[in-house]
Amino acid sequence: MRIFWILWKREVASAFQTPMAWVILFFLLLVTGFNFYAGVSVLNHGPTEVTVVESFFNTVFFWFSFLLLFPLLTMRLYSEEYRSGTIEPLMTAPVRDTQVVLAKFLGVLFLYAFLWMPTGLYFLIFWWQTHLTSAGAIGAFVGSYLLLLLMGMFYLSLGCFCSSLTRHQITAAVMTFAVIALFFLTGLLSFLAGHVDTMMQGITITFSPIDQMTQFSRGIFDTRPVVWYLVMTGLFLFLTLQSFQARRWRS
Amino acid sequence: MISVQGLTKSYGATDAVRDLSFSVDRGEVVGFLGPNGAGKSTTMKILSGYLPADAGEVRIAGFDILSQSLKARSRIGYLPENVPLYSEMRVGEYLRYRAALKGVRSRRITEKVEDALELCCISHVRNQLIGTLSKGYRQRVGLADALVNEPDILILDEPTIGLDPGQIREVRELIKGLAKRHTILLSSHILSEVEMTCSRVLIINKGQIVATGTPAELRERSGIALSGSVRMEIQTADRANSEAVLAILQSLEEVASATLAESLPSSITTSTTSWTRYEIVPSLSLSSSGDPRPALFEEAVRRGWKLRELSAHESSLEEIFTSFVDRIPGMTKEKTPTKEPAKL
Repeated sequence: MRIFWILWKREVASAFQTPMAWVILFFLLLVTGFNFYAGVSVLNHGPTEVTVVESFFNTVFFWFSFLLLFPLLTMRLYSEEYRSGTIEPLMTAPVRDTQVVLAKFLGVLFLYAFLWMPTGLYFLIFWWQTHLTSAGAIGAFVGSYLLLLLMGMFYLSLGCFCSSLTRHQITAAVMTFAVIALFFLTGLLSFLAGHVDTMMQGITITFSPIDQMTQFSRGIFDTRPVVWYLVMTGLFLFLTLQSFQARRWRS
Repeated sequence: MISVQGLTKSYGATDAVRDLSFSVDRGEVVGFLGPNGAGKSTTMKILSGYLPADAGEVRIAGFDILSQSLKARSRIGYLPENVPLYSEMRVGEYLRYRAALKGVRSRRITEKVEDALELCCISHVRNQLIGTLSKGYRQRVGLADALVNEPDILILDEPTIGLDPGQIREVRELIKGLAKRHTILLSSHILSEVEMTCSRVLIINKGQIVATGTPAELRERSGIALSGSVRMEIQTADRANSEAVLAILQSLEEVASATLAESLPSSITTSTTSWTRYEIVPSLSLSSSGDPRPALFEEAVRRGWKLRELSAHESSLEEIFTSFVDRIPGMTKEKTPTKEPAKL
């Protein structure tokens, strides 16, 4: 456990010691800030059916920055260690492979959560200025941020896996983005089918982040995506461990 | 402390290490010597637990490197080739991280890191980013990392590669100092370096051990120690020409052959009061030590020659190494194994 914390601390510290985390944070806040402004300004044009939270989490700006985040956050995790050779001193120290895999995953998950935290301020400021809640109920906040965390876990574990496969960061980033895009675009199946029946709904609510977010940001809680994301995170962490251990037999 | 049995490792079709067996006892400083690509780094990566071997057994302080990997690894300080380090960290910070990772107790970390910093003479760069350090300092940070938890065994892969002569001397002195407390296995392709720091040498080529012993033993066993020539520089009072001197020298029982050395500048040799240098190959048939120098000295005294130099040219490890490598069948440079498939 002690070894895990030491590794975790270094992962988090190294993210903030390089400009990477700060650059991502800057642009993420820039985009989401504009996104929030757009969401609020809708209110100026008369009554609407969507709350600020709903509109915040369901725009192109949000999804665009959301999807770009994962390749950027995870690409260096393993690839950088392979390329610079620091994997050698790391793995000749008395540490277990599982400790390294978990420390890297939870380290980047912490970073991810840290990046989204300031966006909570937007809603606080809104409430402070207008004395109105920006969502119908507290459940909409909890649901939105819970889904954000769950999706993050899945996509980050996927990014970890892609990074553990290659020593080239860019290759890892491209792979991560391609696979995430694939999952993301399953949400468009209902458009392709042209109609929405119960089976199609089952598929989209499990796979499509857009449909899930529409629901969760309204405060509607569905267990299917929760289970799906938890299982997939576990699966990809397992795969990451396998690929990380396989480096021994590859090299 | 280190015991290796039948170690084999191949990369694809290329054998890096073939059936390697050796052991290192507590307190020894063993040099792992071989040309580039001989399998030194591969062996060290296996010993440090980074790579698994295809076959064979490695025991570190009694622990199997595969089944008791953590226990074995915690007893090794490993300096990888080219010293990979996290460039975004500061020197002191990195060493504290490494010490903690290697299981040094929290309250002892500061003390151990200070010791390592001092030992490697890097206390003054402790707040510098590792990415800004020169090659020599990186090497020392790597060394400090290897010994920060005071492991029983140090495995150092090419510790002086890429350093300038001054730094090489410093690192060598450092390693000599470490030998009192640690068992050390170090690799090098520089022969003089191994000769200077190590009590025992393992010569490895094409993944196999070709010879082992102290530098002196190797010299003896290579059989070329005394075939090394004796150099004699004299001035003859009676201005006898060199042919006459050669005839006298060759008549001696201890001398197999004598030749006039060609290396002296003509300005010296042509002068009447010239010094003449002779190369004498000792006769090996003698029951004595085979050293012709006492006889040569007596002869010079009897003839009234002035003697300026009488020295035995000892064969260097370099020559020994070449002789061992050449002697093994199938190990000569011409017969390169099927490393590369035939290309058109």
